Amino acid sequence: MKKFQIFAAAVVLTIVSAFTIPTATGYKVGDIATDFSLKNVNNKMVSLKDYKDAKGFIVVFTCNHCPFAKAYEDRIIALDKKYAKLGYPVIAINPNNPEKQKEDSFALMQERAKEKGFTFPYLFDEGQKIYPQYGATKTPHVYLLQKTAKGNEVKYVGAIDDNYEDEAAVKQKYVENAVNSLLEKKEIAVKETKAIGCSIKA
Amino acid sequence: MKLLFSLLILFLMNCVSLTAQTDPKPLKVYSKDGISVKSYDYKTFEYFLNQKNDTTYVVNFWATWCKPCVEELPNFEKLNAEYKSKKVKVILVSMDMSKQVETSLLPFIKRKNLQSKVIFLNDPDANSWIEKVDKSWSGAIPATVIYNKSQRKFYEQSFTFEALEKEVQSIIQ
Repeated sequence: MKKFQIFAAAVVLTIVSAFTIPTATGYKVGDIATDFSLKNVNNKMVSLKDYKDAKGFIVVFTCNHCPFAKAYEDRIIALDKKYAKLGYPVIAINPNNPEKQKEDSFALMQERAKEKGFTFPYLFDEGQKIYPQYGATKTPHVYLLQKTAKGNEVKYVGAIDDNYEDEAAVKQKYVENAVNSLLEKKEIAVKETKAIGCSIKA
Repeated sequence: MKLLFSLLILFLMNCVSLTAQTDPKPLKVYSKDGISVKSYDYKTFEYFLNQKNDTTYVVNFWATWCKPCVEELPNFEKLNAEYKSKKVKVILVSMDMSKQVETSLLPFIKRKNLQSKVIFLNDPDANSWIEKVDKSWSGAIPATVIYNKSQRKFYEQSFTFEALEKEVQSIIQ
């Protein structure tokens, strides 16, 4: 009988999940984000728990090939320079499968990190296992996390700012505003945004 | 007689303006090597998502740098050609960056000899309009809207020709 209940529950779950819109999965503001152990471009494994002194993290799903990701590279470096010392380092993760997008291989990640002088870890989501848990759909896609007693709580999800094309024309720096609010212990005004990006290739 | 003639002219002009649907005024017209593309901000572009006539519109969001988008383009081109008589029209909405229009988009249209209508959506504040296209859209491309005056569907996915044809058939019936 118990077996049947489990089976029935599984059937219901399957039916429910079949009707969920894919974009509705993944983390929402307030959820606790998973930690991971992913290989950095220096061949060392990186986990969020390694950062004993951090107050939180600016997790950015990004990659080598995507023009939107490229357009934001300098802004991601600037975010790390500004906020790592304030307790919110950037953790960049390449979610793409290099078999589908050869420009996003680990070797080319190493090359790109060196070329651009990344000051933050640039991790490879081997087997593409972490990005679906976060619910990232494209690059670049930011998850701002804050360390809490419950774990790393998601505080902001979305775009870096409101103009991918022209940094000078940016009116709203979404990520900066959100981190500033956390630092000032204020409510984040804009907690979720959307942006055009390259769909992640798994 | 003169009056009749001018009335006739007026009548003819009316007919022309009624049959030839005029697109909204673009922000800019980009031209190179005989290829032209009009650019729109989102507010003006919305016209292309809300045309109410006998045609079914297949509006595909893509970019020259987007690999899965470029891979599925021939399927949209084929649909546009094969379904012309069934009043189906493809509109390819480029999400390229404005500095890439002359260097990438126009040469791409020429090289691939694209026959579908291509327009350039130039509105970098995407957060302000992504949900207006469809609430469920994450912003990843390719993405496609298929609509006519009675139905509308949104897809954040790539299409084979067969899958695209199936969706269009379900909407035109």
